This record gives sequence, C-alpha cells and structure tokens, in this order.
Amino acid sequence: MAPSEVEWPDSSGGHLAKPSASQRQQRLEALRPRLIGFARLQLRDAHEAEDIVQDTMIAAIEKSDQFDGQSRYETWVFGILKHKILDAFRTRKRQQQWQDWEDPGIEAEVDQQFQDSGRWAVAARPRHWGDPAQTLASERFWQVFDVCMTALPAITARIFTMREFLGLSTSEVCEEAGIKENNCWIILHRARLKLRACLEKGWLTEE
Amino acid sequence: MKMLMCHKATRLMSKRLDVPLTRKERLALTLHLAMCGACKNCNRQLTLIHTAGHEYEEQAWPTDPQTPAR
Repeated sequence: MAPSEVEWPDSSGGHLAKPSASQRQQRLEALRPRLIGFARLQLRDAHEAEDIVQDTMIAAIEKSDQFDGQSRYETWVFGILKHKILDAFRTRKRQQQWQDWEDPGIEAEVDQQFQDSGRWAVAARPRHWGDPAQTLASERFWQVFDVCMTALPAITARIFTMREFLGLSTSEVCEEAGIKENNCWIILHRARLKLRACLEKGWLTEE
Repeated sequence: MKMLMCHKATRLMSKRLDVPLTRKERLALTLHLAMCGACKNCNRQLTLIHTAGHEYEEQAWPTDPQTPAR
C-alpha cells in the first residue's frame, strides 16, 4: 500500500474550521511532546525519535497547503509521523536489522498464563476492568500502557505497532515484515495477552 | 464439536480483531464466552487494547477540537 492511500481515522467527525497558519504553527509546537512520546514508543530509539519528529514537523509546515481541514489538524500531523515511522521500519528491514520474527521467551511467558489443560492459571485469570470509556479517559491507564508497551520484546512490539498504531491490516503487516499471516496472528495474540496481563497488574493494583 | 479451552479461545478473540472469523470459529467462541467469565473479561480487555491503539494519539490533547486554538 502506498502511504498516500492510507486514511487515518478521525474521531472528531470532520467539518471543523480550518485553523489559520499561525494557529497551526502554535498547535504544531504544542503537539511536539506527544509526537516525541509516540515516536519513542514505536521506534524505541530516542535519537531516531527526535529526528523523525523534526522531519515530521518540517513536512507539516512544508505541506501545509495539503491540509484540507477535513480532519483535526493534530490527526493530520500524526498521519505524517505514522508514514515516517513505517518508512523507518522499512529502512531497518532493508538494512537487515529485521531477520527473525519471533522473540525468544514470549511463547513460554504467555503459556504460563494457562494450565496444561488450556484453562487459565488461577493467578492469571482476567478480572473485570470496569467501564472501557472511563478506563481510556484515565491518565493513569495511559501511563501504565506506555510502560507495558515498552516491556514488549522488540519484534513483537513492532508487529503490534504496525497493526494497532499504524493501522495496517495483518496481510499488510506480513508483507512489510516478510512473514506468513498465520505467524502474524500468533505474534499479535501473544502481544495482546502479554499487554493484557501487564495492564491488569499495573492498572488494577496501584490505584 | 470439541470443547474450546481458554487458551484457544483467546487465539480466536485476538484473531477476531484482525480478520473475520469463520462461522465455526465464531460459534465456538460464542459458546465458550457464554460460560467462561474470565474469558469474557479477557475478550473485553483485548477489544479495549485494540481500541487503545487508535485512541493513543487522541488522548492528552489540551485543546478541545471544536474550540480554535488560542
């Protein structure tokens, strides 16, 4: 898929007044910390994250004419950043930094959440998290989410990122990563179960 | 149909977030969820995590989208 064909979801419903150039500049500056946070989480490299955000902000200013006001300005800028992160993954793959598709240890770790019979291990049994909307509105939840994302092993995290943050389909992820779709589902399953366990531990216990 | 155990059920819960399940898979998962509270919780959580990826960039924006930035 060509990056330009990707449409990022816009939750605001469109029809917003298009901000003026100076307003955009201000909002871009204000967005910077969040762009950095996002890029760090996805790339796991502070320097690369700084560079990519710099590129993103320059592109946002240069391509300013292309912003049509149909989505929120911030969503549009995030879209640029996402393309750049995907490009960075592609470069890494070309540079052969992406050979294996399986992180050692994660399979055993996820298996430990279950008994041999296939039932949940007593200690790992998922509990009730309360109202999803309230959970997502909680700042603490997102802090725990960041910590848990960082705790995912590298390859698993990259596959998860492409699927859930960059919004690729699993068949697109497979193509990017050069793996079979079945393996993609296996990796995503492990990533989600590990994230789930981590979130539950951090989110429900230390309030 | 062989009874689905929790471990396998979680595979279907995860797969469901990526591609449509086959009719057989859907049925097996529905049956399992109807009688397993822990998996029901798990299913809600995996759905929430799936949503969270899209919501990540939405959270912590200081300005309301409807109000122009100052």
